[in-house]
Amino acid sequence: MKRYPWLSALESEAIEIMREGIAVAARPVMLYSIGKDSSVLLHLARKAFWPAPPPMPLLHVDTTWKFREMIAFRDRVAAEAGVRLIVHTNREGVDAGITPFTHGSACFTEAMKTVALRQALDAGRYDIVFVGARRDEEKSRAKERIFSLRSPTHQWDPKAQRPEPWNLYNTHLQTGESLRVSPLSNWTEADVWRYIAAEEIPIVPLYYAAERPVVKRDGLWIMVDDDRMPLEPGEAPRMRRVRFRTLGCYPLTAAIESDAATLAAIIAETIATDHSEREGRLIDHDDEASMERKKREGYF
Amino acid sequence: MTPTLRFVLCGSVDDGKSTLLGRILQDTRQVFADEMERVAEDSRRYGTRGDAADLALLVDGLQDEREQGITIDVAYRAFETPRRRFIVADAPGHEQYTCNMATGASTAHLAVVMTDARKGILPQTARHTRIVAMLGVRHIVLAVNKMDLVDWDRDRFEPIAAQYWAEVARIGVTKVQAIPVSALTGGNLTRPAAESPWHNGPTLLEHLETVDAERPADRQPFRMPVQYVNRPNPDFRGYCGRVAAGTVSPGDQVLVSPAGTPAEVESIVVWGGERQQAARGDSVTLTLQPQVDVSRGDVIVAAGEPLEVADQFQARIVWMGDEPLTVGRPYRMKLHTQEVGATVTRIRHRVGVSDGAELAAAHLKLNDLGVINLATTRPVPFAPFDESRALGGFILIDRATNATAGAGTITFPLMRAANLSWQAFDIDRAVRAQMKRQRARCLWLTGLSASGKSTVANLLERRLVSGGRHTYLLDGDNLRHGLNRDLGFTEADRVENIRRVAEVARLMVDAGLIVIASFISPFRSEREFARSLFEPGDFMEIFVDASVEVCARRDPKGLYARALNGEIRNFTGVSSPYERPVNPDVHLDTEKLSPDQCVKLVVRRMEDVV
Repeated sequence: MKRYPWLSALESEAIEIMREGIAVAARPVMLYSIGKDSSVLLHLARKAFWPAPPPMPLLHVDTTWKFREMIAFRDRVAAEAGVRLIVHTNREGVDAGITPFTHGSACFTEAMKTVALRQALDAGRYDIVFVGARRDEEKSRAKERIFSLRSPTHQWDPKAQRPEPWNLYNTHLQTGESLRVSPLSNWTEADVWRYIAAEEIPIVPLYYAAERPVVKRDGLWIMVDDDRMPLEPGEAPRMRRVRFRTLGCYPLTAAIESDAATLAAIIAETIATDHSEREGRLIDHDDEASMERKKREGYF
Repeated sequence: MTPTLRFVLCGSVDDGKSTLLGRILQDTRQVFADEMERVAEDSRRYGTRGDAADLALLVDGLQDEREQGITIDVAYRAFETPRRRFIVADAPGHEQYTCNMATGASTAHLAVVMTDARKGILPQTARHTRIVAMLGVRHIVLAVNKMDLVDWDRDRFEPIAAQYWAEVARIGVTKVQAIPVSALTGGNLTRPAAESPWHNGPTLLEHLETVDAERPADRQPFRMPVQYVNRPNPDFRGYCGRVAAGTVSPGDQVLVSPAGTPAEVESIVVWGGERQQAARGDSVTLTLQPQVDVSRGDVIVAAGEPLEVADQFQARIVWMGDEPLTVGRPYRMKLHTQEVGATVTRIRHRVGVSDGAELAAAHLKLNDLGVINLATTRPVPFAPFDESRALGGFILIDRATNATAGAGTITFPLMRAANLSWQAFDIDRAVRAQMKRQRARCLWLTGLSASGKSTVANLLERRLVSGGRHTYLLDGDNLRHGLNRDLGFTEADRVENIRRVAEVARLMVDAGLIVIASFISPFRSEREFARSLFEPGDFMEIFVDASVEVCARRDPKGLYARALNGEIRNFTGVSSPYERPVNPDVHLDTEKLSPDQCVKLVVRRMEDVV
């Protein structure tokens, strides 16, 4: 971290935030999406509470459409960190046959992510929910507090945020309310990569460039991760050298063409790029202010 | 020099804060191509610049903000130049969102205060300056914006700068850099404006890249508030916290404040190992030798440099609550990692926004600045805010709504707590209660006038006494004729009335009695305060519930009739609110239950909670 002296300050701040959350939590949990930000968050939790294992379970909302490499990585990492892993899938959604191909990305995301997350949070009655959100991801996140209040129905009210002076987080809750706590609020995408490099944090190999089977849809590269993906007539997966800037459900997450096969190359590419990382996320483009609306509805 | 400079952008509405930030981000190439496309799209829809990109839309991230063209809440954005990393807080200018601006200013090293070259220093400019200064910001840039609209006229710029210097000097800010800028053209933001050859100072970015805005850390004694005690197994007790001042190494002699217990630092534990030193800003885990008693809220400090401990303070405060600050009303206070009950004992004055005048005030309203006296329910370790942001800044939390109601800074202690610990006597309440063969506790009956509190209280006491219990009944009438006869029925007096009742009840429970307190006690926060004086389980909130209509029909003392006639003011249920308990320990519906059934319910609940 010597080259980037602010990384240790970001690390200390994130650890302080996590400890503050755990000190007051009755039922803490960490939302674990298997992505690079989750990897950093889990790493920070291990550091914050060492020599104890992280004192909160990981919660993964599995839409059943994640990349296969992500699921394998998830199970290995959770076991290694000595933390309990809770996996939740919206069974009604599966039974109703909801997929990104048949129902469109908006409906699929609503059922398999937003509703699924609410189900999992209700079941666990969690009061402190750690998330890997960063303010640089998106404009409405740039407005969000580090300890962000959610109503009993998991809604965010952007017009009634609690003031949050200094590092004095108000953690008092009425019955059913909860707090989304974002230790990585002040990190940027470049910070995350530099920290992963400095701390040698394992990440899903999909972040590194490799030859992968892809098809081009609406100008975006979509990876054909399994045989559930319906191909158009005449469409055939091609092998391309690609990688992912963010990870989600494979039909909804576009790859970028890249030769970056090392962390150093990824960092160089991240700093040089002129496109934001959420560009590869299909759900963000669905409509104006879609992120804010999703958050009001309880999507993290 | 701090590697990340945090700064806040503030000033009055429409001075161009968001536009200035958008321009800096664009000129330092922090904006992605797809983001710019969205801004162009949004500009056509909401923008104020015709077809040109409205850069404010880069940072105004909420739907309401884009639609109304204003900033409601603070936006944070991190960016880097080759020379420094920045986190900027873009704060709203509207007076009604001042508390959001304060949130952004509290973590800043520096404030960029903006003003419109055509308008000069406005009251809101002065208010923001006062707030950032109060919250600990010592470096200010006065950015006189829209210079392009006054032809970069030096004679417009200089009087504004001179007036501002004179004003900030009075509030103790000495490090002010004034810069003429145009957020629209980018002049003097990241490149010098050709139109202002008379400006000899730096551009805004140059100043931000080079200013040394952190307080010197050297030679301050070690202080670390304990956040969390880590006890994974019986052999390990680690004290987690972030170093607030100074440095620490294994072998250092320390004290645990407020108890004053001495110990030695055994190790600084980090992931997979130990380290030899930690300094301000580091999050660490310390182990001590011997293993003394330390909890969250204690502060580990260098031996020989103890922290002050006090329970009464003078403080500055910016009020953020919708409910006004009221003298005597109990709040929760969060100070570093500690939480304690606190009451404002006096509002010394309200601070006039534009001129700093000391104005008499009975209340502080939303966005008011004031100076107050504050009493805490127990002595707390602290440092004056001017010495330490980390140990002298606090928030007040409303007990009923949990809202963050105020942000304050401790100026100095009013009375030093001579005894650092309470005198512990040999005969305690457990001994006294045991002699009476009972569990001492407080049964708090709340409800409207004529809801049946006195009937239930009376019957309940008879039932308990006939079972051999030792009781005492406190009610509004017997106290208002004596202890509380100096109090009327205004909100402030009602708050004080309940505070005294709760304190008396606590003493009686300490004496081993079962205390039945029967009071309308209409405000949730006062009942919560009463509860906070007792150990968990020692306080039972009993809601004696009947509707206003039923109570008005019963009206045994004829009070409702007089209140409805306007003869009694502030009458609960008629002209003053009653806040229903959310989660009472016992809920008695006296419209359905007989007094006897009510008493049985209470007694059964007492048996459940042992």
